[in-house]
Amino acid sequence: MEIIGKISYMETQATQPIKSFYETPSPSRFTGIGAWLLTIDHKRIGLMYMASVMVWFVIALILGLLIRTELMATGSTIMEAETYNAIFTLHGVIMIFLFVIPAIPAIFGNFLLPIQLGTDDVFFPKLNLLSWYLYMLGGFLAILSLFADGPPDTGWTFYVPFSVSTETNVGLTVTAAFILGMSSMLTGLNFITTVHRMRMPGMKWMEIPLFTWSLYATAWVQLLATPVLSITLLLVILERIFGSGLFDPSKGGDPILYQHLFWMYSHPAVYIMILPGMGVISEIIPVFSRKSIFGYKAIVGSSMAIAVAGSLVWAHHMFTSGMSDVAVFVFSFLTFIVAIPSAIKVFSWVSTMYKGSILMTPPLFFSLCFIYLFSIGGLTGLVLGAAGTNIQVHDTHFVVAHFHFVMFGGTGFAFFAALHFWWPKIFGIMYNFKRAYVAAILTTTGFMLHYIPMFILGIMGMPRRYYDYLPEFQTGNFFAGIGAYILVAGVLVMLLNLLISFKNGETSPSDPWGGTTLEWSIPSPPPLHNFVESPKPKGYPYDFTDIVRSNSLNSNDSLNRGSKL
Amino acid sequence: MNPIINPVEKIDAAFLYIIGISLVLLTLITITMIWFVVKYRRSKNLVPADIRDNWKLEVIWTIIPTCIALSMFWVGWSSYAGLRNVPENALEIETIAQMYSWIFRYPGGKETDSKIVVPQGRPIRLNITSDDVIHGLFIPAFRIKVDAVPKVHTYAWFYPQKTGRFSVQCTEFCGIGHADMTAELKVVTEEEYNVWLKSDDK
Repeated sequence: MEIIGKISYMETQATQPIKSFYETPSPSRFTGIGAWLLTIDHKRIGLMYMASVMVWFVIALILGLLIRTELMATGSTIMEAETYNAIFTLHGVIMIFLFVIPAIPAIFGNFLLPIQLGTDDVFFPKLNLLSWYLYMLGGFLAILSLFADGPPDTGWTFYVPFSVSTETNVGLTVTAAFILGMSSMLTGLNFITTVHRMRMPGMKWMEIPLFTWSLYATAWVQLLATPVLSITLLLVILERIFGSGLFDPSKGGDPILYQHLFWMYSHPAVYIMILPGMGVISEIIPVFSRKSIFGYKAIVGSSMAIAVAGSLVWAHHMFTSGMSDVAVFVFSFLTFIVAIPSAIKVFSWVSTMYKGSILMTPPLFFSLCFIYLFSIGGLTGLVLGAAGTNIQVHDTHFVVAHFHFVMFGGTGFAFFAALHFWWPKIFGIMYNFKRAYVAAILTTTGFMLHYIPMFILGIMGMPRRYYDYLPEFQTGNFFAGIGAYILVAGVLVMLLNLLISFKNGETSPSDPWGGTTLEWSIPSPPPLHNFVESPKPKGYPYDFTDIVRSNSLNSNDSLNRGSKL
Repeated sequence: MNPIINPVEKIDAAFLYIIGISLVLLTLITITMIWFVVKYRRSKNLVPADIRDNWKLEVIWTIIPTCIALSMFWVGWSSYAGLRNVPENALEIETIAQMYSWIFRYPGGKETDSKIVVPQGRPIRLNITSDDVIHGLFIPAFRIKVDAVPKVHTYAWFYPQKTGRFSVQCTEFCGIGHADMTAELKVVTEEEYNVWLKSDDK
């Protein structure tokens, strides 16, 4: 790989000016659409994920809006119970498996991990392309299951025996989830190998940027936990087709076993979803504070601690399932342990800003919203982790709100922050700041109005997955519905603003923000082999001394121009 | 005989404890964050300090949250223990979940559908199972929720101290009628209960 790196370096030197990866397909024999569909360039694969993930995101967002519209009034508002059950199942399956899990690792991880490591691609470029095709196949099957024999109506958790006995097309959806799991696993394998084998010569472990560290921690969870889900989903298919009886009590099986197996993956999976988001925030806050991240080693350590401890807390989803009280004790205890590394990260982010030189920009604004919303998500998780209070709010709207605060307020907002942070790097253009702020404020306001009432509804006792509800829950659901519309409007403004930048966005320099990690040292958009000159390890990745010095010499730098956009 | 402790009080205290501390922490984090962003804005503070870590501070903010988390764990656990330890003289009612209704079977053989009547002032133990898929029995007023699992026997107990009507809901998604799988819990006086038990009311 080092040799290839050197050759590419000589090649790019020979051709001046430097062409971006958009102009130089890899392999070079393909042109047009083929240059995308048959590419092995990690940047192009990242962008193919971006296109497909965004489509799924918008579809699932609209499904979510339909759910909340139905719930704005009691009784049947815009659909029947059967449709409602199918819609919340698809909303969950699409959001989880096709948006939240792949969003940050598959788009930004693919694009940036090799660059942050100072190399030209991932270790298995062809496997990387295969992962994308598996992702597309899984998505296609999920859509197909909509039209064949009725859409699935089990919720994204596919609990047995219901998922085995229902007449709808659970088999196809489960197969889709199986294939998507495969895709996620292969991406994890690729990232782990790349981090181990392809760091530029001289780069030590404690010199790896925090975003890549978070992807590394995530990749281990993907690789170790996903097979459990794959096996479980396969067992559901076997139950449905052959009636194997593993989960069927009348044949000596145990339905609770399914829940253990399912959550043994699906709880670690929420850390697959949040860890990369935390990595994004750890990159953005230092750049706009012009100050080193506070406690680099503690953040690295907490990422790994979350990956390990997060794999041991799955049964906190099952306090009411009838499992033993000893298990409740142990899993509640472990759940509180896993809260601590997350708290350390929040403290580190806030402390990074202390005595910094802070410039407000859309990516920083999204990051601050992330810290606020994620903190609410994390703290309400304590209510769920404690055994006694869990019993009251388990399977109610409280869980729905908590989960969305972590997954949407957390991962979703980190994804938005990442979009705004790396947009100029990926496309070489800058978007309009004013519209980005309007979008961020709308999204956050809508978000709060949408989910805060659900906490109250949950404590009052409104269960989740309810098509209809008792009259006392009317007011909360009505306000949540209003919030949903504001939230979706905000997201649409944000996406439109980014799309408009293709038409009239200003050209962005290679380092519009003043970043220190390697991606900011190369042209925007990057050339095919990422680096024009072989990168040299800089030691500590968050040393802002040079940036501060060059900025004080030239106050009219790109950043100040950026802020006036 | 020991006085019966109603688990509801301990659970509500646990809610207050955890949510109270969380609100304080959230406020502190948010205020500090906004204060830093405003105070150290680039137009006022062009040259940043170079602080990379401070192990003393980091140890402190690892230990204090650990202590808080462990105290919350304990408060949560002890309130849960109250839900699991059924007093001795409890009235036992067999509870069977099915798509999409709740069946209650009283000692003596009386059976009701989607309606449960219990005497005031006596602990009630529900022995729960399911006839088909997994359901979840949820009585928010008494803070109890237990899944009804086919061929498995779970239980919950509650202590109705006041008369009134309360709702029972299903909380484990069970199909098209999930949201309609509700029942009414009626707490009546001991005398009314005895009269009702002998009546034909179902």
